[in-house]
Amino acid sequence: MSNLILLSHGSGGDSTRQLIEKEFLKFLSNPILNELLDSGVFEIPGSSFKMALTTDSYVISPIFFKNGDIGKLSVFGTVNDLCVVGAKPLFLSLGLIIEEGLDINDLRKIINSISEAANEAKVKIITGDTKVVEKNKGDKIFINTTGIGIVESHRDWRDRPVQKGDVVIVSGPIGDHGIYIMLERLSIQTDEEVKSDLANLSEVVLGALDRFDQIKFVRDATRGGVATVLNEISQKYNLTIEVYEEEIPVREWVKNASEVLGIDPIYSANEGKFVMIISQNQAQDLLNYLSLYPLTKDAKIIGYVTDINKPKTYLVTRIGTKRILESLKGDILPRIC
Amino acid sequence: MTNLSVINQLTKIGKIEVEFLVREISQLVSNENYTIMEFCGTHTHEISRYGIRSLLPKSLSLKSGPGCPVCVTAEEDIDYIIQIVEKYDLSVITFGDIVRVPGSKGSLSYLKAKGKEVLVVYSPLESVKIAKNNPNKNYLLIGIGFETTVPTLAYTIKKIVEEDLKNIYYFSLHKLTPPAMKALLDSGEVKLDGIIGPGHVSTILGVKGWQEILKDYKIPFVIMGFEPEDIIWGIYILIQKIKKQEYGVFNTYGRSVSFEGNLVAQELVNEVFYISEANWRGFGIIPNSGLELKPQYQYLDAKKIFLLNEPIKVRKTGCRCGEVLRGVIEPYQCPLFAKVCTPDNPKGPCMVSSEGSCAAYYLYERN
Repeated sequence: MSNLILLSHGSGGDSTRQLIEKEFLKFLSNPILNELLDSGVFEIPGSSFKMALTTDSYVISPIFFKNGDIGKLSVFGTVNDLCVVGAKPLFLSLGLIIEEGLDINDLRKIINSISEAANEAKVKIITGDTKVVEKNKGDKIFINTTGIGIVESHRDWRDRPVQKGDVVIVSGPIGDHGIYIMLERLSIQTDEEVKSDLANLSEVVLGALDRFDQIKFVRDATRGGVATVLNEISQKYNLTIEVYEEEIPVREWVKNASEVLGIDPIYSANEGKFVMIISQNQAQDLLNYLSLYPLTKDAKIIGYVTDINKPKTYLVTRIGTKRILESLKGDILPRIC
Repeated sequence: MTNLSVINQLTKIGKIEVEFLVREISQLVSNENYTIMEFCGTHTHEISRYGIRSLLPKSLSLKSGPGCPVCVTAEEDIDYIIQIVEKYDLSVITFGDIVRVPGSKGSLSYLKAKGKEVLVVYSPLESVKIAKNNPNKNYLLIGIGFETTVPTLAYTIKKIVEEDLKNIYYFSLHKLTPPAMKALLDSGEVKLDGIIGPGHVSTILGVKGWQEILKDYKIPFVIMGFEPEDIIWGIYILIQKIKKQEYGVFNTYGRSVSFEGNLVAQELVNEVFYISEANWRGFGIIPNSGLELKPQYQYLDAKKIFLLNEPIKVRKTGCRCGEVLRGVIEPYQCPLFAKVCTPDNPKGPCMVSSEGSCAAYYLYERN
């Protein structure tokens, strides 16, 4: 059974991780890749600064959605992967795989939003590639972007040790993008407020890294959701994290829709939210700083690092019980009842 | 007891009320052994997800029942589908986790990875559009779900007829819950003192839909909502009924469940389907527990049109889903649990479905 690649291998959860660890790292291992961060960070010989390189492919449906499209996503997604490792995004490449028959107006719309998003994120597209594949050999359009940025050493958090008592912060209400896309696919009519949270995080994240030298971990919580990021942290640093259900911000529409669909927003994808670990003495100041930006004004402390040498993640529920919080397993599908 | 009447009137139960109810439940149970079963997979999932078991007295045992449509799908039915899909070159349209349920020769996901077209849609209505847009392909729509989901599928069938589509066929895996409840109680395999009645199914069936089946049994059946507070409140009521020996159907989920249920949905289902027997994993054939297409829709019925080469053999596997579904064993008592059977590599449907009790135990109650 396990000799074929299944869709769940691309879900961003455990199956993806297993594929990376068992099949890719086995052959491609090197100190930079082995860190498994959102971007690879490397030194330039003879220079005082480091650089970060990341790549991401965007294969989404629908390609147009509320508050974005595949073009905007392909810029912000890659920019976000750079900034969370402390890199100031500079340049992007743009690879387009277009399915025969795509409406030229759709392509124009996508390129236009790539241009707008690149301006907003202050990056330039400096190289690109276009391929057209036969009808039914693709799904309208696939985009790959690779991004490169500079990591100034004061923004490089990688060597700061995470300790017991450190604080876990999420930058705002979670689960919007994943739940919204699922509602779209179900063709459910939704209100104005129901939309993707797609956003450029670089300004706020880099600003935070400039001001707070005790930020010890940053990751944008995309596929697999906040639960998967928390598990990645606890595994990577071999420590226990406890988060509190009541403290995790979730928008009312996300809460309602996720109940109907039977999907926990903590596993649902975000495209404009990050998780940060910071030492306790800087946590409140960081929250004050984040509250100045519309994008992160609802940031909250959701939990703590409670132990070391035990890689576990726990959730304290709103009725006061405590249980393990696993990373995403398999695909997210609405329940059948 | 003044506190209780206050709680009774509360629309929202908070943490303090939960603590209070938990204490009341403990006092009522007072170390006597009681076994109650949650019939519905969503209850199973929420009980695990909110660690409700850990709040209750040890002598009160919560068993999971067969209320998960994916879980109760028989392996023979998966094999049947895979066999006709290959033999007649059909493209599959289905929704939810059913694609990951292993048959004797792999799952539909596996078939898909091998190159067969298997479309997982979010809503069955999408199948109408797909079949219409691809007239040169033949599609098999797998209809799965209990009373809650059947109305959407019945509507889909009517749309297929309306659009006069000739390239889509229907494979019903639908099951009805009250007959399974009866089969479970009749078997006497597990002695139950009370039942947590399913909330979703009851929104369609109403209180009335359960009364006929349960009238001959001396057991309280309390319909509950799915919020952890609903479940704690419902269990409190259920324990009271057990102690007072009050039997029958009680509704604590009045905000969604009425006495009559959803009559429009019931009528729609009756228009399209007739009641038949069905094969339940762990139970075998249960009379009057399935739905098949009525004669006027039989030209869409895959079971009537596509014939098997050979009858499907029942295979013996190490998976003990069947016993888990009957409440005979707990998921962790299966030797495969969390060792070779995990959500990423499930050996049986109770680990596949998010509503399955093995998946719920694996995700939330493993330490």
